[in-house]
Amino acid sequence: MTIKSLALTAVLTLGATAALAEEVRVYNWSDYIDEELLTKFEEETGIKLIYDVFDSNEVLETKMLAGGSGYDVVVPSGTFLQRQIQAGAFQKLDKSKLPNLKNMWDVIMERTAQYDPGNEYSINYMWGTTGIGVNVNKVREVLGEDAPIDSLALIFDPANMEKLASCGVHFLDAPTEMIPAALKYLGEDPDSQDPKVIAKTEAVLSAVRPYVLKFHNSEYINALANGDICVAFGWSGDILQARDRADEAENGVEIAYNAPREGALMWFDQMAIPVDAPNPDGAHKFLNFIMDAKNMAQATNYVYYANGNLASQQYVLPEILEDPAIYPDEDTLKNLYTTTPYPPKVQRVVTRLWTKIKSGT
Amino acid sequence: MRRVILIAVPYLWLLALFLVPFVIVLKISLSDAAISIPPYTPTLDLSAGWQGIRDFLAALDFENFVWLTQDDLYWKAYLSSLWIALASTAMTLLAGYPIAYGMARAPEEWRPTLMMLVILPFWTSFLIRVYSWMGILSQEGVLNQFLLWLGVIDRPLMILNTNTAVYIGIVYTYLPFMILPIYAALDRMDNSLIEAAEDLGCSRLTAFWLVTVPLSKNGIIAGCFLVFIPALGEFVIPSLLGGSRTLMIGKVLWEEFFSNRDWPVASAVAVVLLLILVVPIVLFQRNQERQQEAEK
Repeated sequence: MTIKSLALTAVLTLGATAALAEEVRVYNWSDYIDEELLTKFEEETGIKLIYDVFDSNEVLETKMLAGGSGYDVVVPSGTFLQRQIQAGAFQKLDKSKLPNLKNMWDVIMERTAQYDPGNEYSINYMWGTTGIGVNVNKVREVLGEDAPIDSLALIFDPANMEKLASCGVHFLDAPTEMIPAALKYLGEDPDSQDPKVIAKTEAVLSAVRPYVLKFHNSEYINALANGDICVAFGWSGDILQARDRADEAENGVEIAYNAPREGALMWFDQMAIPVDAPNPDGAHKFLNFIMDAKNMAQATNYVYYANGNLASQQYVLPEILEDPAIYPDEDTLKNLYTTTPYPPKVQRVVTRLWTKIKSGT
Repeated sequence: MRRVILIAVPYLWLLALFLVPFVIVLKISLSDAAISIPPYTPTLDLSAGWQGIRDFLAALDFENFVWLTQDDLYWKAYLSSLWIALASTAMTLLAGYPIAYGMARAPEEWRPTLMMLVILPFWTSFLIRVYSWMGILSQEGVLNQFLLWLGVIDRPLMILNTNTAVYIGIVYTYLPFMILPIYAALDRMDNSLIEAAEDLGCSRLTAFWLVTVPLSKNGIIAGCFLVFIPALGEFVIPSLLGGSRTLMIGKVLWEEFFSNRDWPVASAVAVVLLLILVVPIVLFQRNQERQQEAEK
């Protein structure tokens, strides 16, 4: 063998190994996993993991509906999952490849079956509530000792909001979260699909709109932790992450999360495999890895969200498992509600209403 | 033969990079939204042959364009975008002209360095530059800290998330597009013309208005178009620096596309935006042609 052909063989072999290296592409929410888990997955399986993040269901859904996203695992929330299943965006799970399914929590599976009947297409990753995060000291300073920090009145009563505006309030930029909350505040069915009922929220939201600094889905984590804002209506775990970051920074900021006592939206983030996933086999391996009790507990211990994995609970830190803001007790659980996707015509009304509230047009 | 190729290349360019995408967008704008992949119907099914194409064409309609006229959101957003684009073009011109003028007047050996300084920001990602503006303009940001330290203000100014921040962002981003064509025009200008004007009794200021400005007219026009056209459809700057009250058509388009997942209406918004832009683009083209004629 000449040197030339030797070199050629070497190049060809290298090329072949590179082409054979298996890849799994995961598209998950930002700030939503302990990154050590990603390395652990690569070490255990030898599969190269490509991990991208998004911060709104809408962005994910547009990628799914356009098709050819190139991802193997994606993480839509319940109502979005339901519509994407309807559009044919996902493939059924091959449960024979998912032995760790035995770890999953029947209580949560019953609830997620509302979006994905029989849990045919998805597994639960995390679930939580949407509620109120406050910088306790600042809010008490502005509203007094008996500030209603666990009530929707804190964010929907203009009298409170007018005062809170001085220290900064963020709302989620997600009509599917804000409108049900406003409906609950009004004493209406939060899952109402009736445009006339939905329209009632305009008065509530427009009245407090001038006092909202920003509508955003992720900035409030840092803003709360730094003390830039004093109130955020957001996702439970994100606010608890802010609490944690403030503790670590020892900047004197004390953050508290409360699910509104009037009732809170319960949501589920589900892992699913796109119908055109390049590596469905690797995707199943990733799902099975995530459903491992220890791995799932590690994720929860990092992101402060409850998961749908019963077996993981023995490894979840006691301060998380016993925190009713994360794992609600029986009473709070009764007070949680879920929503269903809006039909396209109603969706248009909702988006339009949201634009009107935000821009005043 | 050479002539044919010379003409064919720009037309192929136009066909591949403008007409084909436009026809695709136009086609989607005539469809209906649906819960499917892709999220609209009808899709062209070539396997059904002529009948398939006929069915496809029959299912297209102008419903989405009618819809745009029924909600005041759209024309308000178009008007607001036009206003923001016009105002920021004017501001960019006011900021850019003196810079270009100064560059053209600078000693010969400085000019390459000055030119370099104008182009240098392009070496960094546009997104990073916009993010640094967020750092500068925010409540806890550099600008507010500085002004507080100077004692000019006693509480931080709210600049980020307002239209002011959008103007700052647009003017900053597009300034080089204004400076370069004006500089090119001024650089070519014959200085003896100014001397002649002054010899004939013009003051320096009158000479500037009567000689320099008209001679740099083509540079001004080119610069204005280069700023106005992208500013009109701008999405990144208003969404990062602007607040929720900043109404621009780029953001409306995004919401149609992502929040309503209504690609047909989003495409209709894009088609109308293009039609609005075609007018200034054609004017720009005319101006360029006339300029070339004049130079011959």
